[in-house]
Amino acid sequence: MARIAGIDLPKNKRGEIALTYIYGIGRSTSQYILDKAGVHYDKKAVEWNDEEQTAIRNIINAEFKVEGQLRSEVQMNIKRLMDIACYRGVRHRKGLPLRGQRTRTNSRTRKGKRKTVAGKKKAPKK
Amino acid sequence: MARSIKKGPYVDAKLGRKVLAIAEGKAKKGVLKTWSRRSTITPEFVGQTFAVHNGNKFIPVYVTEYMVGHKLGEFSPTRNFRGHSGSKQ
Repeated sequence: MARIAGIDLPKNKRGEIALTYIYGIGRSTSQYILDKAGVHYDKKAVEWNDEEQTAIRNIINAEFKVEGQLRSEVQMNIKRLMDIACYRGVRHRKGLPLRGQRTRTNSRTRKGKRKTVAGKKKAPKK
Repeated sequence: MARSIKKGPYVDAKLGRKVLAIAEGKAKKGVLKTWSRRSTITPEFVGQTFAVHNGNKFIPVYVTEYMVGHKLGEFSPTRNFRGHSGSKQ
């Protein structure tokens, strides 16, 4: 079983896909890594031999920020926005969308589950 | 779409001149009243206080290093939502 960046890679997926289970690696990064390590995309993660594994691991360590490190960087960026009290920071604090989307309806991903307001009248029917 | 790098950051010419004068010590420091919310904060702005208009009044903004690259308007909110009527805290 291949273990890279503290993540167990899925056994029966092609290497190209298996690498994307690491936070911070998507399809194109995954392909770049495999190209550089000289491993075929279709080779499954379990089939990698030790050499290939080390090669992949070295490339990731040297060139990419993944998992915890990347997550903390993202958090730091958000914290910076909140600390300088700019518009985007304020929106982060309030848990509302940052990029000018409507909030009258939708934006449920940011706002979370609907909170029903008591006593709010429905639009009258004609 | 992002602004072309060739052009450099946008700063209102009038405001830029005033900030430069202060940075070079030709003018004395003080609160700079401005309507130019669209101006990008450049490194020269750091340490300066601006009174940025939000359409109603001037909001004092003290510029720190981390604010470089943002626009002045981002620090002067134009809407003030206090909550809906009847909704309790």
